[in-house]
Amino acid sequence: MDITVILDYLIRGLSLGSVYAIIALGYTMVYGIAKMLNFAHGDVIMVGGYICFFSMSGLSSHFEEGSVAAMVVPAVAGTLAAMVVCTVLGVTIERLAYKPLRQASSLAVLITAIGVSYFLQNAALLLWSANPKVFTPVVGRGSLQVGPLSISYVTLLTIAVCIVIMIALTTFTSRGKMGKAMRAVSEDKGAAQLMGINVNATISLTFAIGSALAGIAGVLFMSAYPTLTPTTGSMPGIKAFTAAVFGGIGSIPGALLGGLLLGIIEIFAGAYISTQLQNAIVFAVLIVVLVVRPAGLLGKTIREKV
Amino acid sequence: MSNMGKRLTGMKRSTRTSMATYGMVILAYIVIQLIRGLRDGGVGPLLEGQLIPICAYVTMALALNLVVGISGELSLGHAGFMSIGAFAGCSMAMGLESVIPAAPLRLAAAMVFGAAVAAVLGFLIGIPVLRLNGDYLAIVTLAFGEIIKGVVTNIYLGLDSAGLHFSFLTNGNELLDGGKELIKGPVGVMNSERISTFTAGFILVMIALIVIFNLVNSRTGRAIMAARDNRIAAESVGISVTKYKMIAFATSAALAGAAGTLYGCSQVTFVATKFDFNTSILILVFVVLGGLGNMWGSVIAAAALTILPEALRQFQDYRMLVYAIVLILVMLATNNPTLQSFFARLFRRGGDDDDAAPRKGKLSRKEAAR
Repeated sequence: MDITVILDYLIRGLSLGSVYAIIALGYTMVYGIAKMLNFAHGDVIMVGGYICFFSMSGLSSHFEEGSVAAMVVPAVAGTLAAMVVCTVLGVTIERLAYKPLRQASSLAVLITAIGVSYFLQNAALLLWSANPKVFTPVVGRGSLQVGPLSISYVTLLTIAVCIVIMIALTTFTSRGKMGKAMRAVSEDKGAAQLMGINVNATISLTFAIGSALAGIAGVLFMSAYPTLTPTTGSMPGIKAFTAAVFGGIGSIPGALLGGLLLGIIEIFAGAYISTQLQNAIVFAVLIVVLVVRPAGLLGKTIREKV
Repeated sequence: MSNMGKRLTGMKRSTRTSMATYGMVILAYIVIQLIRGLRDGGVGPLLEGQLIPICAYVTMALALNLVVGISGELSLGHAGFMSIGAFAGCSMAMGLESVIPAAPLRLAAAMVFGAAVAAVLGFLIGIPVLRLNGDYLAIVTLAFGEIIKGVVTNIYLGLDSAGLHFSFLTNGNELLDGGKELIKGPVGVMNSERISTFTAGFILVMIALIVIFNLVNSRTGRAIMAARDNRIAAESVGISVTKYKMIAFATSAALAGAAGTLYGCSQVTFVATKFDFNTSILILVFVVLGGLGNMWGSVIAAAALTILPEALRQFQDYRMLVYAIVLILVMLATNNPTLQSFFARLFRRGGDDDDAAPRKGKLSRKEAAR
């Protein structure tokens, strides 16, 4: 086996894993704070992809072909638009569908989340039709040559964005006042409320952050896999959910670790074993990990006391 | 049910519920058969094509309710068992074509085989799955569902006079003259004959109901529910939690396998990707809307929700959107404040999703007494 080939797969795996990690953060934060599996998260990614696609194709005609502005402005505006729309969408979904069920059984909330997921997919189908749209990567199709390796700009951007997000989020949750409030609410809702924390606002904020990340993830995922359809979001959604569980759901470093590992395993399984069995292998690894460590790689095992 | 209840006051509550459910299913079958026999055009082309899928989904919902409602474990991969049943059963049916010429008998043999394969797989999957709890268990069942889908998509199975030929990933089967391909990888199964009938579906639903009611109202069933309600307390009185959860899981897998065979043999052709995560979720929706642990609720919800998207055809493109909105609204409505105190109790007890229906019954009786 050639070392450059392995490195190339590794970098591609890291890039895919970074996208999974960003999506998994949304799952894990929402799970940590609201104890619910937000199955509509994958579809928020899809909406982010569409918003960015339409903003970019709408804006790019206003700029001169090949100029710096034509490369930078639509991409930045498209990403921002995707983030804003996803944030608003995420908070709206939380208000309308999940908030009335705050006290309900987790299965009821799960089914509602599935309903929201169906809703988003079918609304997208009506609004934007089933015809696949071909997404233009936000940073162009070129690649960087490092010795014998050639790394595409999209890959570099994805890894860089993931690192930035992780640092920002870790700082936010460990230092910021709102971040501390989030951790408190996830630990004990009742006690947090007694300490004067606005639990509802904190949960809304979590959904806002998670959905904004989903918007970014949508743009990055579409840049790497440019076919955009109303059901595009569901598979990365399920994979990212798997990644979150893999790393230990509720844990932010766990989401990063789970996402990266999942991406790398997926790329290597596809390259060296079989592309047809790629997904099956990813899930098989997940099962092995969960059987050995039932709470995920970085999850805390809570012992039940009698 | 109230009339029925008065007449049957001598019986135990559980017996009344099971009798009412059997009665409801038999009545529905008789009415549909009468309409099909007497009226021109039968029940209409729309419902006619849905009759066998309805029976298959009703059985799936009953099977899943045994795991989610009675055993209290969330399974997100039940379509996998349906898939195994469909592929194993339908290849069996095609393989037996010359051995057993009578279609109903062949279907029965195929269903038994489909159920047996699914049960064995359910047992094997249950070994790692039932070691886990809550959401981790759910994600592992989801993973198994996806693995089954991925593996079955790559199976090639052929039959000729020299016996069975099997190959994986690429079609390497070289069949003799007169041989036929039973499973063709991503193209799936092409049935030589559609042998499923509505009557077979009805019989399967009845068998599923009889199996589940007899299991639930037995010593084993009470042990399963005890393990669900409080694992530690159940263990402390000598109930082997893993064993009883396994019984529920494997029984459910067997029923799901039989339902898969019924469904598969009613289609001209089907592929492994049909039985994906969305199908598992669809069945879970039937179970939750019908009420956890409530068998007749599952029957009604599965039948109604299989027809609903078809009945919404007049809305054309909007039908799935309407379906989604109906689903969300029903979930919001059924979890309204009057029920919230009951759900809040569930949460405080630490159990999250177990057994809504029987306890809901107790609560409403308490309220009625007040």
